[in-house]
Amino acid sequence: MAKFTAKPKDLINIDYTTPKTEWMDTPTEIREHMFCHATKAKDLETVEFPNIHEWRPQDEDWKLPANWEQTILQGMQDLLKKYRSFQLFMDICVRCGACADKCHFFIGSGDPKNMPVLRAELMRSVYRGNFTLAGKILKKLAGARKLTPAVIKEWWYYFYQCTECRRCSVFCPYGIDTAEVTMMARELLNLLGLQLGWIGGPVANCYMKGNHLGLEPHTIKSSVEFFLDDIKEITGITIEPTFNRKGAEILFVTPSGDLFANPGTYTAMGYLMLFHELGLDYTWSTYASEGGNFGFFTSNEMAKRLNSKIYAEAKRLGVKWILGGECGHMWRVIHQYMDTWQGPADFLQEPVSPITGTKFENAKATKMVHIAEFTADLIKNNKLKLDKSRNDHLVVTYHDSCNTARGMGMLEEPRYIINNVCNHFHEMPEDTIKEKTFCCGSGTGLNASENMELRMRGGLPRANAVKFVKEKHGVNMLANVCAIDRATLSASVDYWVPGTAVCGTHELVANALVMKGEKERTLDIRLEPLPGKEASE
Amino acid sequence: MKLYDFLSENKTAIVSTWFNEILATYPSDTSNFLKNKKDRFANPVGQTIFAGMEGLLTQIIAGLKTGEVLNKAEIDLLLDGIVRIRAIQDFKPSEAVGFISGLKNIVSNQVKDAKKSASVPSEGELMELGRLLDDLLLRAFDIYMGCREKIYELKANEARNLTFRLLRQANLINESRMSAPCFLNFKNIDKERKEVAK
Repeated sequence: MAKFTAKPKDLINIDYTTPKTEWMDTPTEIREHMFCHATKAKDLETVEFPNIHEWRPQDEDWKLPANWEQTILQGMQDLLKKYRSFQLFMDICVRCGACADKCHFFIGSGDPKNMPVLRAELMRSVYRGNFTLAGKILKKLAGARKLTPAVIKEWWYYFYQCTECRRCSVFCPYGIDTAEVTMMARELLNLLGLQLGWIGGPVANCYMKGNHLGLEPHTIKSSVEFFLDDIKEITGITIEPTFNRKGAEILFVTPSGDLFANPGTYTAMGYLMLFHELGLDYTWSTYASEGGNFGFFTSNEMAKRLNSKIYAEAKRLGVKWILGGECGHMWRVIHQYMDTWQGPADFLQEPVSPITGTKFENAKATKMVHIAEFTADLIKNNKLKLDKSRNDHLVVTYHDSCNTARGMGMLEEPRYIINNVCNHFHEMPEDTIKEKTFCCGSGTGLNASENMELRMRGGLPRANAVKFVKEKHGVNMLANVCAIDRATLSASVDYWVPGTAVCGTHELVANALVMKGEKERTLDIRLEPLPGKEASE
Repeated sequence: MKLYDFLSENKTAIVSTWFNEILATYPSDTSNFLKNKKDRFANPVGQTIFAGMEGLLTQIIAGLKTGEVLNKAEIDLLLDGIVRIRAIQDFKPSEAVGFISGLKNIVSNQVKDAKKSASVPSEGELMELGRLLDDLLLRAFDIYMGCREKIYELKANEARNLTFRLLRQANLINESRMSAPCFLNFKNIDKERKEVAK
């Protein structure tokens, strides 16, 4: 046994000084609980990604392919040529620091390499060293550095500590979208086969089976049937949804996570109840069975491949337009990319609500409407009978998903819905919501379990605001419109704000919805007694 | 001079030194931000730590003054705020909770400095403060362990949920076995529990 030589007075004299080195000279330590496992080779083979090999992030040798340097530099050159925005973002940053303290990972971790400006600098330094004259001549003096295996590791470590939430870009006076820098970095790392298991697996599943979880048609159907039993118990109403039905007016596409994981399942029950009550002519699809798109976290091409099934299925079934469920990055992809990739969707019609006659002009190009827009319109036109008191046991606040808020500008519709189905709603502080919303801390494929410490760091700023409204107003429910939020905020609030639950907005709608022919409701969607009905349970 | 009077008089200076010491455990780029950004929502780490330290010192002063035991619930709440953050940052356990010991040195240095010009608290009182801080350190370690256990619990829960899902997809789980405690987070399990309870 090692001899213990420290004296008591030494033990209390902890050395608080940290090494004062510049960021380029501060080596990156790949720490446990901060990264996700590497993907399996078979998943990369499924989608024919390059340089497939077995490796582990914690190992010294990542077994990079022999021509790794050339691969990265060529890849960078291709991306610079393809995307003018990337070239611009590499060149125009003046390092003013406006973004520096806006990142949830920096705020929660205190690691300077999580400042968006510095995270991007990890790549800019290589860009300068290889693509600019000043960088080639002046080297470090011009902020340039050589590309080494250590730089690749550093990129991998920090570009997978960014959730592409784009909060930093809201504050950038030049409009630099640091999320796009992360996208480029991830695309380059993918060229070396350095993919995460939590991303590679869902991508392969989605490519083969149509959804991230790899659910086959009969499993999707049985999952939904599971919900129908619960709905029958709660309302007494039998619902018979259809699957892959040709000739339906509307195709409904939602993230597959809501079919299996609580509390997302309650949101899916909400959809089923709402559509039944409206008598909507719609169908689920077991092929376009995923609204989310983890391909978006690998490469532009992969995202496009996975996205293509939505229009393909709409065409095959002959629907008029598409309704989409509550999801975050799904909507960034639909709103900002789908029309460019797959459009024009001229085989579809401009979406019109069959219940209210409202024309969704905002969806003229994509022909796809967010369910929060659809439901807010129903409420605005008095088409739903709602009993708000059924949500009286809940004191609700609303978390804006980064992608629906900053990616598509949907800010008011979910709030309008919540205010019409709940009596107790309180906003979090202004700088933590809407365009300035804080990320859940686990988006862009970082919602694995092995990186839980990272997730807690990233989740701190959001949870801190939840804690504030919990203490001030007694908030006990964090509503949102994103499947990843539903899955990951549950863990985050469990650590930071115990006693707070997480739900989708349509779970609240389902609680309040008074359905034709329903029995007296005693249970909420979670099969818990409704307020005032405890005795009857 | 009694120790509580000394601490009250020098409270601002003590909290400021104590805060600076904990900030020095972060990289310098970060410590400036943690120190200077006063908005509690933009800077939850810095503001929580500062408020926690100030609160802890207030509680210590109050305890010394009344001679009563410290308000444990309040102390735990303040410690929890700081330790919960440091438990998920890049710190060893000793570094995460070591700031408590730091207060001993800060106070004794303040006393040393004041000795030349004014009457100061007795050695006995300083030892009493040391014992009190030792107790806080142990409480902080309990909180730290609770936080780490929570992290592992969250990881285990998520991994278990995933496995369960996969097993069910493969039809390897019989519905009647789903009331096992490890599956309680799942759909319809709550219902099953209620039926069992009935």
